[in-house]
Amino acid sequence: MIDLKNVSRVYQVGSGKVYALNKVTLHIDEGEFVSVIGPSGSGKSTLMNIIGCLDIADSGIYLLDGIPIEDYSESELAKIRKRKIGFVFQSFNLINKLTAMENVELPLIYQGVGKSERKTHVAEALERVNLTKWADHLPTELSGGQQQRVAIARAIVTRPSLILGDEPTGNLDSKTTDEIMGIFRELHDQGNTIILITHDREIAEQASRIVNIRDGKLSEVGA
Amino acid sequence: MIQSLKMALKSIAGNKFRSFLTMLGIIIGVMALVILVSLVSGATGSVTDSIAGLGSNLLTVTVSDDKGAPVTLHTLNEWMEEDGIGLIAPSGEISATARYEGNSDTVTVYGTTPAYETINGLSLLLGRFIKSSDVDNHTNVAVINETAATELIGYTDCLGEEVSIDGVKYTVVGLLEDDEDSLTAVFGRGSIVAYIPYTSLMRLSSETSSAITSFSVSAETDMATAETAMTSLLMERFDQDDDAFTISTRDELEDAMSSVTSNLTILLGSIAGISLVVGGIGIMNIMLVTVTERTREIGIRKAIGASRRVILQQFLMESVVLSMLGCLIGVFLSWAMLRIISVVVSSLSMSFSLEWNVVLIAVGFCFVIGIVFGLYPANKAAKMAPIDALHYGG
Ligand SMILES: Nc1ncnc2c1ncn2[C@@H]1O[C@H](COP(=O)(O)OP(=O)(O)OP(=O)(O)O)[C@@H](O)[C@H]1O
Ligand SMILES: [Mg+2]
Repeated sequence: MIDLKNVSRVYQVGSGKVYALNKVTLHIDEGEFVSVIGPSGSGKSTLMNIIGCLDIADSGIYLLDGIPIEDYSESELAKIRKRKIGFVFQSFNLINKLTAMENVELPLIYQGVGKSERKTHVAEALERVNLTKWADHLPTELSGGQQQRVAIARAIVTRPSLILGDEPTGNLDSKTTDEIMGIFRELHDQGNTIILITHDREIAEQASRIVNIRDGKLSEVGA
Repeated sequence: MIQSLKMALKSIAGNKFRSFLTMLGIIIGVMALVILVSLVSGATGSVTDSIAGLGSNLLTVTVSDDKGAPVTLHTLNEWMEEDGIGLIAPSGEISATARYEGNSDTVTVYGTTPAYETINGLSLLLGRFIKSSDVDNHTNVAVINETAATELIGYTDCLGEEVSIDGVKYTVVGLLEDDEDSLTAVFGRGSIVAYIPYTSLMRLSSETSSAITSFSVSAETDMATAETAMTSLLMERFDQDDDAFTISTRDELEDAMSSVTSNLTILLGSIAGISLVVGGIGIMNIMLVTVTERTREIGIRKAIGASRRVILQQFLMESVVLSMLGCLIGVFLSWAMLRIISVVVSSLSMSFSLEWNVVLIAVGFCFVIGIVFGLYPANKAAKMAPIDALHYGG
C-alpha cells in the first residue's frame, strides 16, 4: 500500500542543504508491522510525515494505494488523514485547551460520528491506554507519559488501517510500554498496517520487519 | 455546523476580555446606527404627524408678481364661486407688539376673513370668529388664542377686553383653542396669535395692502380638482406665467420634510455604517492574531483529519459569532439608551423607540461584516500546510 521511490526531502539551512531524506526507496505491504530505527536527526520523523501525508517530498514518487500522492486533491488528502491514518506524534501534539477526552473525540467529530457513538469509542480508547480516570484533565495537567497515551488513544480511536507511531513509547515506563505494544500487536493482528519509530532495539524487534535509517538513507535489517 | 458553533463559543469564552474588546467596535457601531436612526425617525414621526394633523385639505397660494392685476378680496369672492374651489381666505401676517395694561409681548397678527376659520379648522373656545361685517367695516376686533389670553391678559375669560396692537386698540371677541399640532407648536412653545379682519390689518400695517399676496384655499370636492382649478385661474390672471405664483399643498410640505429627514437618516446611517466597518476591521485584526496564535492547533486539527472547509468554517464561525454577539449587545444597549432618552425628553411629546427595520439592517450588516472580515483570516488558517503549522513555534 505504501510505495516510496527515490524520495528525497531537502531542507535549506542557511546556505547549505540538509538531506533529511536521501533517495529513500521503501515498500510496505498492507498488514505489515514495520519498525524504523536510527539515531537522532537521521530523518525518521521526516519519513513518517511524508508517509502520513503531512509533508511532501521534494523529489521522488510516493504511491499511496497505487496512486501518486500529487494526484490526490487537498480534500482527498484530508479524508485520508481522517479515515485511514492514525498518527502518534513524537511531540504528542495535543490541543491544550481541550481535555484528554475532547482531544480523543476530535477525529471522530471530523469524521461526522454521532454523539453517543463518539462517547463509547472515546471511552473505549481511553480505557485501552488506562486513562479513564484522567479523561477530564487538560494536557497541561498530565505527565509526559499520560499525554503520550492520550495521543495514542486519539490515533486508535478511529480504528485506522494505517497507524504511524513516532516514538509512541518514548516517555513510558516498561510496563506501560508493554501494554501499548500489546495494543499495537493486537491492531496488527486485526490486519492493520503499523509503522513504528523507535530508538529501542528491543521494541523494534517486536515488529515483523525492521528498517534502519541513517543520515537520510534507508537500509533493511536482516534482509 | 453545530460543532463549529460550539468551538467558536468556547474559544470566545476562553478569552472573554479580548473578545469584549474586539466586539466593542461593533457594539459602538451598532449603537450609533440604531440610536441615531431611531432618534431621527422618532423626531420625524412626531413632526409629520403634526403636519398631517394640519389637514391636507388646503392649498396655500403665494403671489410673487401680480403683473398689475392684484388679487383683492373682491377677486377672492369671485373665485370662491368657481367650480372645484371651496373657500378662500386671505392671510396677511405681521409681527407686532401687543399691550394689555402693564404687559407687553410680541404677537403674530393674521389679517383674514371669516372663511379662514373653516379652512384652517380652528376651534373656538369662547365668543366668535371674524364676521363679514367686520371685514366690510374694518372694525377693530381681534380673536386671540389661549396662549395670548393667559400670557398677555392673565386669564382666559377675556371677551370684551381691549388689547392694543401696535398702538391701536382692538376688542377681543373670540378665544381660540391653542393649536397643539401646528408647526410652530412643534418647534417652539406656544406662540401668541391674534386674528383681525383683513381690512383692519391693511390699516394697521403698511406691509399689507388690498393686493393680497398669500391666501389659503379649501376644496369643494377633492384637492386635485381644486388645485387644477386654482392653477388655471391664476395662469389666466397672470398672463400664463407660472413663475408669478406658487401653489403648495400640505403634501408637498410633508414630502419636503420627509426628504429632508430621509437624507438625514441616510447621512447618519452611513456615518454609523463607517464605524461598523471600523469595528469589522477590529474583528479581522484580532482574528488574524488568533489564527497566528493558534497555528499549531490548526496544524494538529489538520493532521488528524480536519479539511480546509472545516477549518474555514470554524474560524468564520468565530468571527461571525463575535460580530453577532457584539451586534446583540449593541442593540440591547441602544434599546436601554432610547428608553432613557425617551424619559428625559418626555416633555417634548416625542417618543423614541427601537426602529425594528434599523435593527434588522444592523443585524444583517454585522453578519456580512463577520463574514467579510472573517474570511481572510479564516482562509489563511485553512490554507496552512499541516507540517508547517505543526512545526510553528515548536
Ligand atoms: N523544518 C526543518 N528545517 C530544517 N531542517 C529540518 C527541519 N526538520 C527537520 N530538519 C532536519 O532534518 C533532519 C532529520 O530530522 P528528523 O526530525 O526527521 O529527525 P529524527 O530522525 O526524527 O530525529 P529524532 O530521533 O531526534 O526525532 C535533521 O537533521 C533536522 O535538522
Ligand atoms: Mg523524530
